[in-house]
Amino acid sequence: MTRSIERVAAVGTAPERVDGRAKVAGKAPYAYEHPVERPAYAHPIQATIAAGRVRGIDTARALAVDGVHTVLTPDNAPPLRRGQDAELEILQAPDVAFRGQIIGCVVADTPEAARHAADLVAVDYERRDHDVTLASDRPDLYRPGEVSHEADTEDGDVDAALAGAAARVEAEYRTARNHNNPLEPHTTVAVWDADGLTLYDSTQGVHSLRSAVAEVFDLDESRIRVLAPYVGGGFGSKGTAHAHVVLAALAAKRMSGRPVKLALTRQQTFTLAGYRTPTVQRVALGADTDGRIDALAVDVVEQTSRVKAFAEQTALPSRTMYAAPHRRTTHRMAALDVPVTSWMRAPGVCPGMFGPEVAMDELAERCGLDPIELRLRNEPDRDPETGKPYSTRNLAECLRGGARRFGWDARPAAPRQTRQGEWWIGTGVASSTYPVHHAPGSAARIERRADGRYHVGVGAVDIGTGAWTVLGQIAADALGVDREDVVVTVGDTALPFASVAGGSSGTTNWGSAIVAAAHGFRARFGDDDPPAGSEHTESAPENPDTERFAMHAFGAQFAEVHVSADTGEIRVPRLLGVFAAGRIVNPRLARSQFLGGMTMGLSMALHEEGVMDERLGMVVNHDLAEYHVATNADVPSVEAEWIDEHDPHVNPMGTKGIGEIGIVGTAAAVANAAYHATGVRVRELPVTADRFLTA
Amino acid sequence: MIPFEYRRADDVSAAVDTVARNPTASFLGGGTNLVDHLKLGVATPEHLVDVSRLPLDDIEPGPDGGLRIGATARNSDTAADPDVRSRYPVLAEALLSGASGQLRNLATVGGNLLQRTRCAYFQDVTTPCNKREPGTGCSALEGYQRYHAILGASRHCVATHPSDMAVAMVALDATVHVQGPNGSRSLPAEELHRLPGDEPERDTVLEHGELITAVELPPLPFAANSAYRKVRDRASYAFALVSVAAALDVDDAGTVRDVRIAFGGLAHKPWRAHRAEAALRGGPATDDRAARAAEAELENAEPLAGNAFKIPMARGALTATLRRLSPLPTTR
Repeated sequence: MTRSIERVAAVGTAPERVDGRAKVAGKAPYAYEHPVERPAYAHPIQATIAAGRVRGIDTARALAVDGVHTVLTPDNAPPLRRGQDAELEILQAPDVAFRGQIIGCVVADTPEAARHAADLVAVDYERRDHDVTLASDRPDLYRPGEVSHEADTEDGDVDAALAGAAARVEAEYRTARNHNNPLEPHTTVAVWDADGLTLYDSTQGVHSLRSAVAEVFDLDESRIRVLAPYVGGGFGSKGTAHAHVVLAALAAKRMSGRPVKLALTRQQTFTLAGYRTPTVQRVALGADTDGRIDALAVDVVEQTSRVKAFAEQTALPSRTMYAAPHRRTTHRMAALDVPVTSWMRAPGVCPGMFGPEVAMDELAERCGLDPIELRLRNEPDRDPETGKPYSTRNLAECLRGGARRFGWDARPAAPRQTRQGEWWIGTGVASSTYPVHHAPGSAARIERRADGRYHVGVGAVDIGTGAWTVLGQIAADALGVDREDVVVTVGDTALPFASVAGGSSGTTNWGSAIVAAAHGFRARFGDDDPPAGSEHTESAPENPDTERFAMHAFGAQFAEVHVSADTGEIRVPRLLGVFAAGRIVNPRLARSQFLGGMTMGLSMALHEEGVMDERLGMVVNHDLAEYHVATNADVPSVEAEWIDEHDPHVNPMGTKGIGEIGIVGTAAAVANAAYHATGVRVRELPVTADRFLTA
Repeated sequence: MIPFEYRRADDVSAAVDTVARNPTASFLGGGTNLVDHLKLGVATPEHLVDVSRLPLDDIEPGPDGGLRIGATARNSDTAADPDVRSRYPVLAEALLSGASGQLRNLATVGGNLLQRTRCAYFQDVTTPCNKREPGTGCSALEGYQRYHAILGASRHCVATHPSDMAVAMVALDATVHVQGPNGSRSLPAEELHRLPGDEPERDTVLEHGELITAVELPPLPFAANSAYRKVRDRASYAFALVSVAAALDVDDAGTVRDVRIAFGGLAHKPWRAHRAEAALRGGPATDDRAARAAEAELENAEPLAGNAFKIPMARGALTATLRRLSPLPTTR
């Protein structure tokens, strides 16, 4: 185990965001707002077919627009290094792999001129029939080989155990195509000069973005600087570099020294920033008469773009949630003519906890058990997947504590029992989980300066989570000083390397680096304030405990659902989440993370669905008027609590990561509550009014 | 977005004259719909005549005891007007169910009536759409139909009109006052919007250059007992799947003396439910009779594969709305 922080003083307190005042005052520059000299503006030209190739592009009318400098096309774009990441290797070939793909770009003096000119570009296509249909019976489904975990697992004899089970649930569950929609759009400002390339980018990882751009431009990383001091949300969509970043850099290269600004429109975000694949989940649970699960199978079908394979790890959480001697999980993918799928908050885990957690509700009913009791009876002693002990596992406490707080005992066991006026009322529960991710290599630099304060530099990105604030709390305790004596700087590749803000791992990785650097600093300079200029940089050490323990956060989600007997409308007046996620560094900011995740989970449950028009090969509801995300009126009461969990193994802070677990299980809790309200079992998201209406 | 010339109108006649003489000119009200369309390329006017500051924003008693609402009255002001709230609550509720506070602060009465369909295909210039580009085909006919029509549609267009306010006005027998190049005229709100037929590009019966100057609500004492129910996927900031505007007059014995009903979300225009009204008059406003009245209205409905749910939803919405307006406890 790595050395823990010895004094906990700032950690556990609830200071406001250090960047809060600048943000509400409009003084925090987001990527697009960085002032640069005489910027030009780029607007992408997108394919209007889903498959084929560009035969020719007529740019004459576009070039005639006042203020237009150039139109980049596959015919004239600067060359990129190919063969690594096809999503980024834009304008290198005339092929069209999905509708909305970037096939060109107008660069002009104003964004208006660029956009107008982009509309005037005439493209001649050679079409081929596209295929965008995800179905679980496609003959060409394949087992993804390039995922970070095994695609398939099997223990025991699932089919035999299922056949002999006293109680059985076998059903197909579906989650919808979900689109990341951070409030701050995806924007890039690209500046080339003699030293190389500077990017102000709305990204979740300055270093990871730098690597991707260096690769595709065949540049040494030392010649690229990426800055992202403030980012207005990412939810995974800014976790990897997307094509528009390369486009902005290409455009700026063509403009020989003149900076270029590019902002994706909201509509473009739906095709160019990644999204969560729809999933089809065949779930089978077999249990004995006491509700002890003997067999568990989760077989997933999902999609990927032909451009770039991305395997949503949907069955992962089922490998570790409940004890069962016979277990199987599989992933199969369809490669389609669709935009690139990518990370969206709790990739894999979030969709993967829908089907199984609804199936648990169904199994509870089959067994005549309360759904909480069913889950408690299937608590594993060790991680079923690895056989390792859990560093901590407090799902049971979350379920029990949540039940007390939510008033679960008063719940009638049978569905369709409670009616107030036109509304059927029900409650539901689901478990939640998220793994503790570790990424190696993050480092921090600590310097005592003449202002008497300790300046902590780490190339992390605060995407709105509060990392900036939390890292200062950790640094203060690790150094043994007051929080006011610490100044944190993030969001710049000029700072020591930091892992991407993803996988709920920021605090783990960056905090561990800060603790290591602080301890190294003290070892080198002593415990008293050293002279100004004293500086120490250190990386987070390996944590041997990650090999010895299974590390996961857990939680329980409770929902109250009302369904109109007249119109089928479904509303969720109350959500409660109780989480066991290690030490909570800052309760104020942590609550915000949990509530945000739960709200997004509610949104997934009731609203979010990118509707694919298979004839056109496009998502038709590609704006925020038509693609619904939850509004304030949809979330009258969302509450998050946590239990006091001490985990000495996860990292020096004892934290587990809280950015994503809030979204996990929410949709299942809502669907289970809707069933309890109405007796109608909905196995497909989103849960909408029409599901409760009969002709 | 194409470059355009913007001009603020000084008076109604000049505004009408400017637009009427120029086929590429368009009136601009609050801009909450047209500006989106400019950005999306759905609308390509070369001249915009801003009528939003014309002195047409009064809300005042009409000559016959009704209420006259100027065309540039903002949606939020109209919804907050004491007369609207007390005498025509259905209109206030309809207005407040639409858009967001910020949009309602901008949107005008005239512009709200003339907002265009939210059909996703209409709003995406890369897809075929007969309303946007006549003759290219209707993408929704075999496509995404959740928000589309079940009444009065044609094979050329299955779009719905998105206004909530207009549904209330049609239920209230409002009159729309219009000034055009050849003088002024008035028409019933119910006749303002048209069914798509084979000219889906025409939303209304107005000619180019005709400007809505006011909407007049007739004196309708029982409209004080009126309500708007908007059924939608999201609790706010969503267009209606189905909506109902209703006013109910019930005598002491519980018999429906008179009733006004209009549906939104079902057709290319706000759908006045004359058949349902007739079915309800003369008997009690029970859930059963309300459901049967809705069924009478929807008898000729032709739902698409993706929106058959609108029939039970409209039935339920009407039932719930009349229940709310009914003085007597109803059986279920």
